[in-house]
Amino acid sequence: MRYAETGFNLEIDLTRGNIERVETDPRDTELYLGGLGTNAKILWDRVPPEVEPFSPENLLIFSAGLLCGTPATGCNRTIVSTISPQTRLMAFSMMGGFFAPELKYAGYDKIILRGKSPDLVYLWINNEKVEIRDASHLRGKGAVETAELVQEELKQPKAQVAAIGLAGENRVYFASIEQGRSSASRAGIGAVMGDKGVKAIAVRGTKDINIARPAEFIELCNQVLEYITVRNENPIPGVMPILAGLGSPQEMKVHDEKWHTENFAWGNSRVRRKDFWNEEVAKDWMETMDNMRTRLISCYNCPMTCGATISPPGLPTYMMKCFSKLTYTMAAFSDLEFGLGIAQSATEYGVDAFSAPQVMAFALELYENGILNDDDFPGMPADTEGRFHWLLDRIVRREGIGDILANGTYWAAKEIGKGAEEYAHNNIKKHEQLPLKLGMLNPIYFLMYATGEKINITQIEGQFPQAPFPTREEREAFVKDWFQVPDEKFKQYFLDWELRGEKSIPNYPTPEMCCDIVEWQEKMHYIDDALGMCAGLSSFPLKPPYHIHNYPKFISSGAGIDMDEEELTQAVKRYRTLVRANNIRRGMRRKDEKPPEDHWRRRFPDLEKELLDTYYKFKGWNNQGIPTKESLHELGLDYVFEDFEQRGIYSENGDTPSKETSAEKEKEA
Amino acid sequence: MGEKKKKIVKTIKVNADLCNGCRACEVICSAFHAAPKYSGNNPARSRIQVVRHPLKDIYVPVFAGEYAPAECMGRDKYVIDGKEYEECAFCRASCPSRDLFKEPDSGLPLKCDMCEGEEEPLCVKWCIVDALTYEEREEEVEEQEEQEELEIGLESLADKYGMDKIMDAVARLSAKD
Repeated sequence: MRYAETGFNLEIDLTRGNIERVETDPRDTELYLGGLGTNAKILWDRVPPEVEPFSPENLLIFSAGLLCGTPATGCNRTIVSTISPQTRLMAFSMMGGFFAPELKYAGYDKIILRGKSPDLVYLWINNEKVEIRDASHLRGKGAVETAELVQEELKQPKAQVAAIGLAGENRVYFASIEQGRSSASRAGIGAVMGDKGVKAIAVRGTKDINIARPAEFIELCNQVLEYITVRNENPIPGVMPILAGLGSPQEMKVHDEKWHTENFAWGNSRVRRKDFWNEEVAKDWMETMDNMRTRLISCYNCPMTCGATISPPGLPTYMMKCFSKLTYTMAAFSDLEFGLGIAQSATEYGVDAFSAPQVMAFALELYENGILNDDDFPGMPADTEGRFHWLLDRIVRREGIGDILANGTYWAAKEIGKGAEEYAHNNIKKHEQLPLKLGMLNPIYFLMYATGEKINITQIEGQFPQAPFPTREEREAFVKDWFQVPDEKFKQYFLDWELRGEKSIPNYPTPEMCCDIVEWQEKMHYIDDALGMCAGLSSFPLKPPYHIHNYPKFISSGAGIDMDEEELTQAVKRYRTLVRANNIRRGMRRKDEKPPEDHWRRRFPDLEKELLDTYYKFKGWNNQGIPTKESLHELGLDYVFEDFEQRGIYSENGDTPSKETSAEKEKEA
Repeated sequence: MGEKKKKIVKTIKVNADLCNGCRACEVICSAFHAAPKYSGNNPARSRIQVVRHPLKDIYVPVFAGEYAPAECMGRDKYVIDGKEYEECAFCRASCPSRDLFKEPDSGLPLKCDMCEGEEEPLCVKWCIVDALTYEEREEEVEEQEEQEELEIGLESLADKYGMDKIMDAVARLSAKD
């Protein structure tokens, strides 16, 4: 018997309309766990670098995490993996909500889509019964609207539906997949779904998920739930409200937005407004939120209420979470009422709430600076809010300038030319980043930005406080009940970290310490992404209920794969390396691993070089960030080494810069 | 006057306004009632189901009650605070009109047992947003009342069928024992 996982994937060939239920190899689960881990292995095996993102040979994988469908609180994430049209690297965007557990109860760990459907279709997975159904009547419908229509049509109110909107249908490079109160937004995976001709996937399951050692597993679950209650009652002192508790940043609950509005940049990630927040704004925004927010809501089996149903006046209700609350507002220099209103359209269209506002602000900056002119914006309204709505409508339809902007700032700037590249200034690996522009280089964040392969800072940070605490007493108080650390040395790193002086950034933590800290933070995210655990209860917050000490027990008693901390660490290293291997094979090199030039005002090139050199070495990667023969062998990834050898990746990239490779190529015509 | 008897009334109080729609109640219910205990999980087997429609802000946790062999002759609709609730949203019956509260494989009806043997029903324990809370209260019931109810019932039967037929039926039923 298989435990925690179902042991079956659903393979769907959209070109031929063929559906197969395929048993998976339990040995793969031991080596790569599940979710992201096994996704990376499948992409490695079946999607060589010659395959273009919009090729029928590209796969789009919807995977439940290994522990989704068990009673483990907050374990509900679907990990969607494919090759991104925007970064041209492996994308592994994820969503919470209710989809992954339902998929498990239907009897599948993953849905693997290949080929392209000649007509727009949706999939209906109802336990053993799987159908490819006509979706021509859903063309152009919003993502939320589509989910409603599909549930009604199937007479299945309990079916969970993941759908794309107009942006996905039109292959916008930052199109999202929307589902329940969540979305898999980053890196344009919605565009791949649209390219495959799949409007939605509906799933309903009524089968059991088995637990290997029930008494032990439920005891662990109860401990987690108790600890959540304790943490909810004891927020961490000395950090900003959204970092004090558990869950995703509690943007739907917290009214005080002083920190975001004054520390994050407005417009096209340009302007910091250090005196923005005042009583009047606070009162105005609180009223807006209170009027539009109907209820705080959660994902499957989670008490954290990170999301909310939002009903803007005169518009349909939609669901929101996290920082999408402010991204449109700040990009347009507007107010919360505008932000919550346009987010309704954006959710129905299905676009990423980090990239979309930035792309529009970028376009307006080009216009203001004469790089684009009136001819590019025929009929655009005069006010900024109106312009944002106008641009969004054109981007998702790929009309006029919208067709160029739909490829994101990196590719749009290339196409526009005339110096537009200077304005696409907030990208890493061709992907728009959070609008943050700060003063002094932070060595920990430098490494995370440079080497993170989810290409999103919130998906690699966590665990270790973002900044030192002012006094030794506060630091001592913090480390007292910090049992989540993998090693006692982390407490010392933090105790010695000062705001100013010798032991402050950028020189402290030292490069060696930074390696340890970044490795720990990244490891926890990668574990979450294989198990399907929400980062909000694990890798993102300080002092979370899931950590390196109880995770091996969850896996052992839940999935029946005996594992200790060391073995888990080794497994994570294995599939983390496999993610990198996929990207290396697609041309990612050291030159791509850098934060935006203007991320910090004060940069230290020598220190940055030392940091990256040290980290690469620490990770077992060569000077170009390529995993070495020895490190691959240690992880049992000799097949990766052989592939690299065959492709001449080592001989071309000993220490020299690489030639132009797949990730560098222009987008398809 | 009849004898006074004490009985414990177990009550799960549902505050639908506090429900976050997460279905943790369904998770722990189905896990607890798996055989062996906690060996599996399948919310379709849960004896509590959250009737939810997020976009209409409808969240109603319902507990499985009695088995109903036939569905109702008609349906009701409720409008509360401007929200229209489906006819069966508040009904606890395992009934032919819907797939709620039935074992998904055998179709056998399910019924909430308040997690016999546990301190409190586990759905309550796992609902840390407090949409579900548990109350026990002691009630005194008079035996007399039951006697009165019996007599009222018999009288109405006698009115309908005549005392002779009732006597015959009682005699026949007694002979069977």
